[in-house]
Amino acid sequence: MIAWTIYITFGGALLLLFLPRVFARWLALLTTIAGLALGLAAFIHTPVVDLAHFTTIVRVPWISVLGMEYHLALDGISLTMVMVTGISAVSTVLFSWDLEHRQNEFFFWLLLVVAGCYGVFLSVNLFLFFVFYELVIVPKYFLIAIFGSTNKEYGAMKLTLYSFFGGMFVFIGILVAYVTAGSLDLNQLAQFQFPPQLQWWAFPVMFLGFAVLAGIWPLHTWAPTGHVAAPTAGSMLLAGIVMKLGSYAALRVAMNLFPQGFQLWSKWIAVLAVIGIVYAAAVALRQSDLKFVIGYSSVSHMGFVLLGLATANVLGVSGAVLQMFSHGVIAALLFAVAGRMIYRRTHTRDLDALAGMNLSHALPFAAFTFVIASAASIGIPGFSGFAAEIIILIGAWKTYPVAVWITGAGMVLVAAFTLRALKQSFFGEAGSSVVRMQEGRVALDPDWNEQQSITAAEKIGACLLMFATLAVGVYPKLLLDRIMPAVEAMRFLKSGG
Amino acid sequence: MSYLELLKLASPEAIVVITVLGVLTIGLTTGREAAGATVSTAQPTRNASRRSSTRSAALCSFVAVLGLAVAIGAVLMLPRNATLFGGMLVITPLTSLFKIICIALAVFTVLLTTSEKSLRHPGEFLAIVLLATVGLMLLVGSEELLMIFIGLELLGLSLYVMAAFDKSDLRSAEAGLKYFLFGSTSSAFTLFGISLIYGMSGTTGLAAISAKLATTTVQPLLAVGVVMTLVGFAFKIAAAPFHLWAPDAYQGAPVPSAAFIASGSKVASFVVLGKIVLLGFAPVHGSAAWHGMVAGWSPVLAVLAAFSILLGNLVALAQSNVRRLLAYSAVAHGGYTLLGLVAGGRDGFSAALFYTTTYAITLVGAFGVVGFVRRETGGDDLSNFSGLCSRSPLMAGCMAIFMLSLAGIPPLAGFFGKFYLFSAALRAVPNYGLLWLVALALFGSFISLYYYLMVLKFIFVDKWAEAGADHRSLVTDHVLQKSAICLLAAAVLLLGVMPEILAAQILAAIQ
Amino acid sequence: MVGVITAIIFIPLLGALAVFVWPQRNCRVIALIFNAISAACAVGLWRKFDATATGLQFVERHAWMPAINAEYLVGVDGLSLLLVLLTSLIIPFAFLARPVPDGGRGFYATMLVMQFALYGTFTAQNFVLWFLFYEMSLIPAFLLIKIWGGENRDRAATKFFLYTFLGSVAMLLSFLGIYFVNGTFDFAALADLGKYGLLSGKVAWLAFAGIFIGLAVKVPLFPFHTWLPDAYQTAPTGVSMVLTGVLSKMGVYGFVRLLLPLFPNEIKIIGPWLLALAVCSIVFAPLAAWAQRDLKRMVAYLSINHLGYCMLALFALAASPAAAANIDTHAALSGVFMQIFNHGITAAALFYFVGLLEQRRGARGIGDFGGLMQQTPLLCGWMSVAMFSSLGLPGLNGVIGEFLIFKGAFAITAWFTAIAVLGLLVTAIVFVRVMQSLFSGPLAESCGAFPDLLQGEKFVVVPVILLMFAIGIAPQFMFNIFNTTVVHMARLFG
Repeated sequence: MIAWTIYITFGGALLLLFLPRVFARWLALLTTIAGLALGLAAFIHTPVVDLAHFTTIVRVPWISVLGMEYHLALDGISLTMVMVTGISAVSTVLFSWDLEHRQNEFFFWLLLVVAGCYGVFLSVNLFLFFVFYELVIVPKYFLIAIFGSTNKEYGAMKLTLYSFFGGMFVFIGILVAYVTAGSLDLNQLAQFQFPPQLQWWAFPVMFLGFAVLAGIWPLHTWAPTGHVAAPTAGSMLLAGIVMKLGSYAALRVAMNLFPQGFQLWSKWIAVLAVIGIVYAAAVALRQSDLKFVIGYSSVSHMGFVLLGLATANVLGVSGAVLQMFSHGVIAALLFAVAGRMIYRRTHTRDLDALAGMNLSHALPFAAFTFVIASAASIGIPGFSGFAAEIIILIGAWKTYPVAVWITGAGMVLVAAFTLRALKQSFFGEAGSSVVRMQEGRVALDPDWNEQQSITAAEKIGACLLMFATLAVGVYPKLLLDRIMPAVEAMRFLKSGG
Repeated sequence: MSYLELLKLASPEAIVVITVLGVLTIGLTTGREAAGATVSTAQPTRNASRRSSTRSAALCSFVAVLGLAVAIGAVLMLPRNATLFGGMLVITPLTSLFKIICIALAVFTVLLTTSEKSLRHPGEFLAIVLLATVGLMLLVGSEELLMIFIGLELLGLSLYVMAAFDKSDLRSAEAGLKYFLFGSTSSAFTLFGISLIYGMSGTTGLAAISAKLATTTVQPLLAVGVVMTLVGFAFKIAAAPFHLWAPDAYQGAPVPSAAFIASGSKVASFVVLGKIVLLGFAPVHGSAAWHGMVAGWSPVLAVLAAFSILLGNLVALAQSNVRRLLAYSAVAHGGYTLLGLVAGGRDGFSAALFYTTTYAITLVGAFGVVGFVRRETGGDDLSNFSGLCSRSPLMAGCMAIFMLSLAGIPPLAGFFGKFYLFSAALRAVPNYGLLWLVALALFGSFISLYYYLMVLKFIFVDKWAEAGADHRSLVTDHVLQKSAICLLAAAVLLLGVMPEILAAQILAAIQ
Repeated sequence: MVGVITAIIFIPLLGALAVFVWPQRNCRVIALIFNAISAACAVGLWRKFDATATGLQFVERHAWMPAINAEYLVGVDGLSLLLVLLTSLIIPFAFLARPVPDGGRGFYATMLVMQFALYGTFTAQNFVLWFLFYEMSLIPAFLLIKIWGGENRDRAATKFFLYTFLGSVAMLLSFLGIYFVNGTFDFAALADLGKYGLLSGKVAWLAFAGIFIGLAVKVPLFPFHTWLPDAYQTAPTGVSMVLTGVLSKMGVYGFVRLLLPLFPNEIKIIGPWLLALAVCSIVFAPLAAWAQRDLKRMVAYLSINHLGYCMLALFALAASPAAAANIDTHAALSGVFMQIFNHGITAAALFYFVGLLEQRRGARGIGDFGGLMQQTPLLCGWMSVAMFSSLGLPGLNGVIGEFLIFKGAFAITAWFTAIAVLGLLVTAIVFVRVMQSLFSGPLAESCGAFPDLLQGEKFVVVPVILLMFAIGIAPQFMFNIFNTTVVHMARLFG
C-alpha cells in the first residue's frame, strides 16, 4: 500500500509533463497529498509490532544477473521518514503555489525529488536504495539552477558536486559490501559478518559519503550556499528531506552494515558532530542574509543528528531519528518564512534592511509563524526539536559526557542567532536608514499592495508544519513508539557494549 | 564445406552488401541530376531540385533501413554455433547478438542521416555507412587475427571516408585526414603485432594461439607483439594516450559519421579486443592488483584505462564545444569499459560489453541531438544549446537523459552499466586488488558529472539570446529523426530500469 | 477525564486562541474572562485542598515519553497551590494595568500563553514536563519585552533571553546527567534519592553548578542579576508586574523543589558561599536602587533585594547543621513561602503604581514628579501603603514573611543574617526618599494636571491593598495552605 507513495509521485511527475499549465499546481498538490495520506494510513494501520523490523511490502525479482530484487519494506524509522517527506512535500507545494513561470517543469522536478526520497526510505535492496538516492540529486540541481535566486548556478553546482562526491564514496562502500557478502539485500547484509579489517576502512568511507549529504562538518559548505541559492521550495525540500537522506542512509546502511567499524570511528564522528553544532551556530551568528542564517542552522541541527547516531545507544539513535523528523519540519517552516513570506514580498533577505521594515506590522501571520519556528528551532520544550534534542543528549551522556557540555554551549549559540534573526527580520526598530515609511506602512515594493497579505495556501502550509512540530513536541510518544523498537533491532547496538 | 553453406552462414553480410549496391544505384540514378541541377541552375529550380534530392535521400534511406532489417532477420535465422575456416567466420550467440546490435546502430545512423542537409550525395554516404557495417559484422564474427584485421581495415577505410564526407566543410576534411593518418598508423601497429604473434605461435586462430601461449614461456618478443596489438586497438577505442584523433574527428566529421565512429566502431572494437585478450591472450593475463602486479596484458590495459579516465575527464572539463566534449568523454568511457576487460572472466567481459553497448546507444542519441541543434542554430558549441528546452522540450529532455546516463545517474542505463562494471572488476581480483582502479573510475565519473551538467545547464537554465522565431520555422519536419532520438532515449531509460533485458542476453551469450 | 489541574493549565491557552480569533477590540475582556475561569478553578482547588495531608494532591499521571521516563505528572502541594493562586491573582492584575500602546490581541494572547506556562511550571512534578513549561515561558516573555517594551527593549529582551536560556541549558544538561545515573525525572523520587547523593564526585558538582546557575539566573541572585533591571525597566507595566510577581518565583520555586532536595550535601559544603551571595543580593540591591533615577529601575532592584531574603532563608536552611531546632527551620521556610506570595503582590502593586504615574506624566524619573500629595492624595495614599508593605511595616503583609525569615535564619546563621538586616535599613531609606521627593514638597509644574485615581483604577487598587492588610493582620489563612508542606520539606532538608 505505502509503496504507492513512490508510484503516485512518479506518476504525477510524468503526468505533469503532458498536462496544460493550469492543472500543474493542482496535480502536484493532489499527488503530494495522496502521498501524505498514504503515509498517514500506514501510520495508523500498521501495527506497532510490525514496525520493529522490516515488514516487506513488495518483493519481486528485478535484475537476476546480479541478484537484485525490487524489495520495499517498512519499519518504524522509515515510516517516520515517510511521514516527514509527506508533510514537507505538501507544504512545499503550497508554498510554491503562485509560481510565475515554467510551472510544469518546476513541479516535475519537485515531485521527482519527493518520489526519490520515498524510494530511499522504503527500499531494502541496497542497489535500489542507491538508485533512488542518486535520483534525488539531479532534480535538485535543476530546481535550484533554474528557479533559484542568489548565485543560483554556483550554489546548484556546488550542491550537486558535493552530493556526488559523497555518492562516489558510497558507491565504493556498496560495491565492497556487495562483492564481499555477495548480496544486496539489507536484511541479509545486516546478518553478514564483515571482516574487521574491512570494516575499519569501509565504514568511514561509506559513512562520510552519506554524511556529506547530512551536512557533516567540514563537508557542510554546500548546504548554506545551496539553501541560499535554492528557491523556497528547494530549500524546504533540501533541508526538510534531502539532508535526511544522508543521515538516514548513514544509520541504515553504514552503521548497520559495519558495526565494528562504527565502534572504532564513532568517537570521531561525535567530535565532528559537536564541532559542526558549535561552528555552524557561531557562523550563523555573523551572517547578514537570513537564508544563510537558516542554512547554517540546518547544519547545526544536523550536527545533533550525527551526534545522536554517534552515541550508538538506543536513546541517542532514536533521538537522532526524531531529530530528523523534527528538523525536517522546522527547517521547512523557517525557509518558508524567509524565502516565501519575506523575500517574495520585500525582495531582500538582508537582515539589516529587514530590520528597517518592522515587518511584524505588515505581515503579522508571518511574524507569528516565524516566532513559532524560531522557538522550535531554539529547542523550546513543547516543540519537536526539544523532544529530539533531550533524547539525543541523554543518549550522549552515556557515551560522551564532555560532548554534552560543549553541545550545551552550541545550543545557546543557536538560541542567540535564531533570536537575532527573529528580531532583525520581524521586530526591527523602525527608523533606521533603510526604512521607507509611507502613511505609517512600509513601502516595500511598487506592487506591494497586491501581494501584501499572506495567501491562503501559505497559511495552510505553515499551519500544517506548525501542527506537525507541535504535535510531535507535545506527544513524541507517537513517533518514539515506532522508532525505538526499530532502532533496538539494529545490529550495532547488540555488538556494542 | 560448400559455397552454399558459406553463403548461408554469411548471409547477413551478403544482404548488407547487396543493399549497398542497391543504395548506390538509387543514389546514382535519382540523386545525380538533382545534384547537378543544384550546381548549374538558378533560384526557382533550386527549390525543385532540393525537393527531388530530398526524395532521393529518403528513398536511399528507406532501402538501407530495409536492407538492414532484412539482415537482422538473417542473423536471427543463423544456427546457434558454427565455425568456418579455423575461426575465420564464427557464429555464436555472442556474435549474433552483437551483429544485431551493430546493425541496429547502423539503422539509427541512417535515420539520423535522413535529415542531414549538408551531405550532398546521400546515396553514396549511406552506401559507405553500410559498408562500414559489413566491416563491423566481420569484425564481430571472427576469431582469427587475419580476418579481424581485414574487418578492421574495411571498417576503417569506410569511416575515413565518412569522416571527410562533408566536402564543403574544411573541418570535415581535417577530421578525415587526421583520422586516416592515425588510423592507418594504428593498423600498422596491429599488423606488426599480429605478425609477431604469428611468428611466435605459428597460427592466427585465437584459440590456437591461446593453446600455444599456455605451453611456452613468456618471451620479450611475445610481449612486444601483445603490446603492439593492444596499441593498435587502443587507437581504435581512443584510449589515452592514443586518443589524439578523436576530438577532431568527432568535432569535424558530419554528425552521422561521428555518431557511427563513436558507437558502432567502438562496440565492435571492444568485442574484438575482448575476444583477443580473453581468448587469445588468456595465458598472459597478468594481474593489475595494486599490491600484486604481474606482467601481462591486464596491467597494460589497466594503465591505459587509468590514463583514459583521468585525461578524458579532466580535458573534457575545459571544452566549450559539445562534440569535442563528447569526444573527450568518450576517451573516459573507453577507460571505464577497459575495466571490464582488465577484470576478465565472464562477468567482466559481459559487463564491458553491456557498458559499451549502452554507451553506444546513448552516444548515437546524443549526436542526434547535436545534429538537431547544429541544423537549427548553425553550430554545436555549448552556447548553441542554450535555451534548447524552450525551443524544443522534447529534444532537451532526450539530451538530459543521454547526458545523465553518461554521467551515471540512476535510473538510466549508464548507472547500471557502471555498477555492473565496477562490481565485476572488484570481484574479479581477490582482496579488492582492483579497488584502486575502481576508485579512480568513480572519481572520474564524479568529475564528468560537472561537464555533463554544464551541457544541461546551457539547455535548461540559460536563455537563448536571439529571437527564436526564425529557427522554429527551420526545425519542423524531422519527425523521423526526432522519433529515432526519442526511441534511443527510451531505450536508455529502459535499459536503466530493466537492464536484465540486455545483460542477461549478453551473459548468456558468453560461454 | 480532564483533571482540575489540567483544566487550570490549559484554560489560558484556550484563552489565547480565543483572543486570536476574536475581533480586535474586545480582547482584553476575553482575556479577563478566561482569567476569571482559571482563577475560579484555582480557588476551587484551594477549597478542596486537604491542608493536613502531606504529599501531592489532585495528581494526574499519564505516560508521555516512556523512552526517557518522562510523564505527564501534575499535582499540587502547599507550595504549588500557593503559587497557582499567586499566578491567578497577578495576571488579571497585570491585564488591568496601564494598557500597552498598540497592544491588541497579540499582547493578550502572549500574556495568556505565559500564564499557561506559569501554571504548568508550578504544578508539573516531572522534570521534563516542568522544563517544558519553564522554557515555554521564555518566548512569551521575550516577545512581550521585545515588541511592547520601551526604549532599549531590543537589548533588554535579548539579554534577558540569552541569560535565562544559558541558565536553562546548563540546568537541562545537568538533569540529563542526573537522569542518566538515576533513571528518573520524577521530582519526588529524585528528592528521595537526593538524601543519599544523586551523583558522586566531580559530576555531582558539575550538575549542581548547572542547576544552580539556571535557577540563580532566573531568581535572580547576585551576581547573575544584571539582566533584570534592564528587562523590568523596559517591559510594559503589566509585563513587569508578571515578571517580578510570578516569573521570578519560578526561580525560587526551583530552588525549593529541585536544588535543595537534590543536592543537600553539596549545599552543606558550600553553604557559606551561597549565603554570602544571598547577603550580597540583599545589601547591594537596595544600594543600587538608591542610586537610580528611574522609578521602575528602582523597584526592579528592590525586587532583587526581596527575593534575596528568600534565598537567605533557603540557603540557611539547607546549610544548617542537623541540630538546628525544628521551630527555626519551620519558621524560615514558612517565611520563604510567605515572602514568595507577599513579594508577588507587593512588587506587582508597586509596578502598577509606577505605571499609573508614568501614564499621567509620560516619564518616570524621580525628578519628574513632586508634591503629588496635593494633587492626587488617593493615589499617593494607596501607593504609600504598597511601599510600606514592601519595606515591612507591621500590620501589612510584607512584615510577616520577612520577620519569619529573619527569625529562622538568625537562629541558624547569626552573622549572615545580621549583615542582611542592613538591607532592610537601606530599603527603608530608599522608600522614604522616594516618598519624600514624589509626594511632598511643592507641586511640580508638570504634575499640575494629574487626575487622581479614576474609578476603574480604584477597583483594581482597593482589593489588592485590602488583601495586603488581610494578610498582614490575619495571616493564618495563608499559613494553612502550606503548613503541612513546610513540615514535610523541613524534614526533607534536614
